[in-house]
Amino acid sequence: MARLTPANEQLARSIVARYPVPKSATIPLCHLAQEQDGHLTDDAMAHIAELVGCTAAEVLGTASFYEMFKRHETGTYCVNVCTNISCQLLGGEELLEHAERTLGVRAGGTTADGMFTLEDVECIAACTEAPALQVNYRYFHRISTEDFDQLVDDLRSGRLSDEVPPHGTLGKVRQEIPADKVANITPPEEQTEPVWIARHRQAAEGGAS
Amino acid sequence: MAEGAVSPELARVTSRWAVEGGHTIDGYRASGSYAGYESIRAALDLSPDQVSGMVKDATVLGRGGAGFPAGVKWGFCPPGVWPRYLVVNGDESEPGTYKDRILMERDPHQLIEGCLIAAYAIGAAQVFLYVRGEMAHAQERIAAALNEAYAAGLVGKNILGTDFSVDIVLHWGAGAYIVGEETALIESLEGNRGMPRLKPPFFPAAKGLYMAPTFVNNVETQANLPWLVAHGVDAYRSVGTEASPGTRLIALSGHVNTPGVFEVPQGTTTFRELFEAEHYGGGIRDGHELKMFIPGGASAPWFFPEQVDLPLEGRVVGGEGSMLGSGAVVVMDETTDAVRACLRVVRFFARESCGKCAPCREGTTWEEKILQRILDGHGRPSDIDLLLDVADNISPGPYPTAAHPGAGLEAVPFPPRQTTICPLGPSSVAPITSAIRRFRHEFEAKITKRDSIPVAAAPAQGDH
Repeated sequence: MARLTPANEQLARSIVARYPVPKSATIPLCHLAQEQDGHLTDDAMAHIAELVGCTAAEVLGTASFYEMFKRHETGTYCVNVCTNISCQLLGGEELLEHAERTLGVRAGGTTADGMFTLEDVECIAACTEAPALQVNYRYFHRISTEDFDQLVDDLRSGRLSDEVPPHGTLGKVRQEIPADKVANITPPEEQTEPVWIARHRQAAEGGAS
Repeated sequence: MAEGAVSPELARVTSRWAVEGGHTIDGYRASGSYAGYESIRAALDLSPDQVSGMVKDATVLGRGGAGFPAGVKWGFCPPGVWPRYLVVNGDESEPGTYKDRILMERDPHQLIEGCLIAAYAIGAAQVFLYVRGEMAHAQERIAAALNEAYAAGLVGKNILGTDFSVDIVLHWGAGAYIVGEETALIESLEGNRGMPRLKPPFFPAAKGLYMAPTFVNNVETQANLPWLVAHGVDAYRSVGTEASPGTRLIALSGHVNTPGVFEVPQGTTTFRELFEAEHYGGGIRDGHELKMFIPGGASAPWFFPEQVDLPLEGRVVGGEGSMLGSGAVVVMDETTDAVRACLRVVRFFARESCGKCAPCREGTTWEEKILQRILDGHGRPSDIDLLLDVADNISPGPYPTAAHPGAGLEAVPFPPRQTTICPLGPSSVAPITSAIRRFRHEFEAKITKRDSIPVAAAPAQGDH
């Protein structure tokens, strides 16, 4: 159970600064906390509440709505097998059954060694590559049962550790907005008509009169 | 996967998909069907009203599902009210849909330039790119592209040395289908649970993000803007139909030989061509026959072999009882169990219901339970009517369905009625009425027969 580290708190403050209203940063900060700890802890939610100016209960209220936020420990690898219609038509449900047998857990469960959490998920937008799955939100296409066993082997042995970061890491590249390039991020009530709009409006009014 | 446009002339938003490095700023400038970042330069020489006028005159239809003209949507904004926000909906989650992700991964600068053009036209104070959380690679590509664009002075303060300034912020979603509904997306962007807002106001253009006028546009809609500005309204309208000009992306999946995401002219391609042409689906898989297909994502009522000669045109498909929706076509051959397919789609809506409206929260759950027990062999003879009754509470009938000439049944046009705030609940009814109307015997057999009957193709004669 951990609050954000000083480095992550600094990063969090830079994310909050990108929004006209701090609470908008709630979901990105929950991702940041999950990246730090592998799941979303109570202490992290309390810390996020301080950073975005709401209560910890409100952060929990938001986070609990979204599938990706895990409030308990998960495996190092979240294996999400799609069984929605396009994957179902090409064996997604059978692939999930095979995965359950191979890993020895039901969908939703975590293996005893803490390596894998298996999930039965909704459409992951890889419909033409069915049956598809994601491991920590990285895609694996047209997976046969043999492919699945190979994938598990590769993950266990660390052969895919470059391609698949630990659970919680979302984008390996972050957006960075240099301070001198920021255009106009201020609260809504401080916003006025944009200068280019005003210029064209005045030109049109001038031309009309 | 087969992909892209049939010919270079048709490649408007897909022109860099096969280009090595097309996702970088240099690749964007050096390749594709228009010169990257020259369109925003050209737009800045026009007035914002002229740019809006182009979008309106070209009839750029929204590619997210509703097919509403973007230019008209922009016009719903109350005059003289500031700030205004632009939110790009990249929360692509409709089952079968698979185009925005590829657009974001392979050509992120195209999307960024589209955002700049729109932001200039509408006077946006800030742009938010809301990208579905599960799409890690798309986020990485967009983050890298935004960093490049900021460094090049193309996003941020005084863009290209003019008085046009706007920030584009990449926002991560966290896994919720309903957030694709625009008011739910706004709630999510405000840091709340992603539940749709009560209507009216019907359009966030009146009151949206932070209660300010907000334009929510789909990724593909935005991605069309640089091409439009580069080539003009007449060129944009040179393919497609009068009501649906231009191209659109279709994700073809399921039981075809060569599934893929294709850029097709709007309104002129038929489903038959899409399924059978070598450059598209390459035929129903391995000589099987078509049983049914979903023409526009999981929310769309199903079509059957009688509908294959219809064009992929929003109004035509709507009149025939379904929708083109988000451009997701799912093909099912005669080996498909109609009850099982129906249950899987319904289960999706039951899982994704946000819980705000009782008819959807309770109804989708009951639909799933009833279908599951029918599939498990515990169905009761009254279950089929019970299913239709539960469905009727979410969407009072008659529900949109395709014509069934063999049974003398006419099409009921789209859209469905609803007792809910948003269309999620009513969408769960689509597979139920579609499957029961056409394959009632499969449901009955699972309920009453000891041995299940073999799954088979759509009967030509009705079984009503």
